[in-house]
Amino acid sequence: MKRRTLLASAAMGLMLASGAFAQGMDKVKACFVYVGPIGDGGWTYQHHQGALAVQEAYGDKVEIQYQENVPEGADAERVLTQMALGGCNIIFTTSFGYMDPTNAVAAKFPDVKFEHATGFKREYPNVSTYNARFYEGRAVQGHIAGKMTKSNKIGYIGSFPIPEVIMGINSYYLHAKKANPNVELSVVWAFTWFDPAKEADAAKALIDQGVDVIASHTDSTAPLAEAAKTNGAVIGFGQASDMAEYKDGPRVSSIIDNWAPYYVKRVGALLDGTYAQQDAWEGIAGGEVEIGEITDKVPAEVKAEAEALRDSIAAGTYHPFTGPINKQDGSPWLAEGATAPDGDLLGMNFFVEGIVGDIPQ
Amino acid sequence: MFRLEKRPTPSKFWLYATPPVAVILTMIAGGILFAAMGKNPFEVIRTIFWDPIFGEFAFYLRGQLLVKAGPLILIAIGLALGFRAGIWNIGAEGQYIMGAIFGAAVGLAVFPTESRWIFPVMVVAGAFGGWLWAMIPAILKTRFNTNEILVSLMLVYVAETILAKASTGFLKNPEGMGFPGSRNFSSYPAAQNGFLYEPLGLHWGGVAALVTAVLAYILLTRHQAGFQIKLAGQAPRAARFHGVSPARLVVMCMGISGALAGLAGMFEVTGPAGQISIDFNTGYGFTAIIVAFLGRLNPLGIVLAGFLMALTYVGGEMASTNLGLPDAAIQVFQGMLLFFLLAVDVLTNYRFRLAVGAH
Repeated sequence: MKRRTLLASAAMGLMLASGAFAQGMDKVKACFVYVGPIGDGGWTYQHHQGALAVQEAYGDKVEIQYQENVPEGADAERVLTQMALGGCNIIFTTSFGYMDPTNAVAAKFPDVKFEHATGFKREYPNVSTYNARFYEGRAVQGHIAGKMTKSNKIGYIGSFPIPEVIMGINSYYLHAKKANPNVELSVVWAFTWFDPAKEADAAKALIDQGVDVIASHTDSTAPLAEAAKTNGAVIGFGQASDMAEYKDGPRVSSIIDNWAPYYVKRVGALLDGTYAQQDAWEGIAGGEVEIGEITDKVPAEVKAEAEALRDSIAAGTYHPFTGPINKQDGSPWLAEGATAPDGDLLGMNFFVEGIVGDIPQ
Repeated sequence: MFRLEKRPTPSKFWLYATPPVAVILTMIAGGILFAAMGKNPFEVIRTIFWDPIFGEFAFYLRGQLLVKAGPLILIAIGLALGFRAGIWNIGAEGQYIMGAIFGAAVGLAVFPTESRWIFPVMVVAGAFGGWLWAMIPAILKTRFNTNEILVSLMLVYVAETILAKASTGFLKNPEGMGFPGSRNFSSYPAAQNGFLYEPLGLHWGGVAALVTAVLAYILLTRHQAGFQIKLAGQAPRAARFHGVSPARLVVMCMGISGALAGLAGMFEVTGPAGQISIDFNTGYGFTAIIVAFLGRLNPLGIVLAGFLMALTYVGGEMASTNLGLPDAAIQVFQGMLLFFLLAVDVLTNYRFRLAVGAH
């Protein structure tokens, strides 16, 4: 027998065993694929917290399975196939690089739901995508950075020059500039998501340039550890996770990725039969993006301003990308009062006016 | 007490007994580890070693073994030739990356042309990319007497940077909305390394691995170059008297291992991986070093070792997902295999003697 037909019959068996989808399910097996270890203290840790929240919310009605350190590419395809064969009803693939494998496996298992984080391909009706509006958190960080810098030099450790990262840098810079017109931003590209040594080097390079506020788009605590060596001269932010262990040191606030509300909602929809394909992009309002506690190092009035900014974004009364905004080359992007369409943000490949340096191509 | 005594000649028995003994010791020590973690050790060992071949989903997983073993075997055979001659190419991971980039670049350059010649040219380009990357440490060694271990290893990190550059820059998918990664070869038939026989997981990379194993075996047992390689490793001075040029040997061994690693990368990127991406390389080049030694630097042994290693990966994943074992425990288990191999290997060249009196 051909493998394809075998897979199809296996999938059919699973479908029959789990009952009709439209009427909901008695029990859901929810599976998670992680790119790092659950103890990374950042990206994967937060996804796993979301998985645990699903267990907490539904108890006996869900069974959780997960696999750590799954390389992106051929290995991901195998892990996904194993999970689908093993009876998972919904599979969350939690890294951008799983995009093609997710769609490839989804084609073979039409009755298993696939949820891919941070991607844009939904080639089959059983593939949904989800992401969070991290740029909203970057606006709050940018405001704090602009107010807190003494050297007027702020830094940003970029991972890869992709829209997700570029929009964060732009949002950070725009709000720092608004808070402090003299501010200058230096961007260092680490070309990694998680590599403590490289991240520490990037932080060192920024500190050597006189930067005294560092934001990062990489997952480890290394930049904060580097900032901690300056005896309070340099501050930074927690990224992906609260990184609260640096609260007494350089960490003045953080962006926390909170995937729990989304995971609980999606598994719940599968249980009660209301599940449908979608492309989710929630932010501070939906609870996916949280601003970690702003510490006492930040003056009370700056803290109040930052929190007001957060609340206005959450209420929908303010969009972090509101015109007039020009591109780096001076050409207009957003007119006075216009807000950025999602499509512009998702494909963002330019810096805004005022940022020095090029995006590596 | 016991003491170690050097054998007059290496033990033939232990040479072949070492790998199976190491596997058994790994199972025992691993079992104790799993039991200490509150899992049923027999269930875990069965999941790792038995289920992928004979279990419920074996029809799918059996094919995955060759997919995983193919690149390991291909790279390990090249490395083994050098290791036998005392030439230490540690940077196969970098050559693997460069082979993938060269091969993919050729294919993507002519997208979307359909011609039966595209894939063969890509194969040649992949081998060339790996060969080129291996020539850097080879020539530095023969010209300036640098250490090929350090240079080849360092070049892995250079290759990784070029890979990041390729996926975010010169090979980026123009229709990828700015996201990193090249076009996917699965939607470009002329350049795709698809399955030749899916139930066995056989693609051109697997064919290349098995053919290379046979060729390497013939080279080592029947050919002058193979004799020179073995001689250079066992008796460098004698080799020189025999007319073996050390410089030529370095260039040849580094070249072969680089080209094979490049081929492996090329077959992987156009087949199972599907595209150039930032995290395309997953450590095959390093794992192949273990496979080469596990296979006793013998091409046929390497084929068996490659499958065993693939089994611990595929089975390890199953154990991790289905039994809730942390991935770190599986890594420790794989590490144990190398540890016991090296430990038991001592018995090939040494034997235990009951020490009488003080020394």
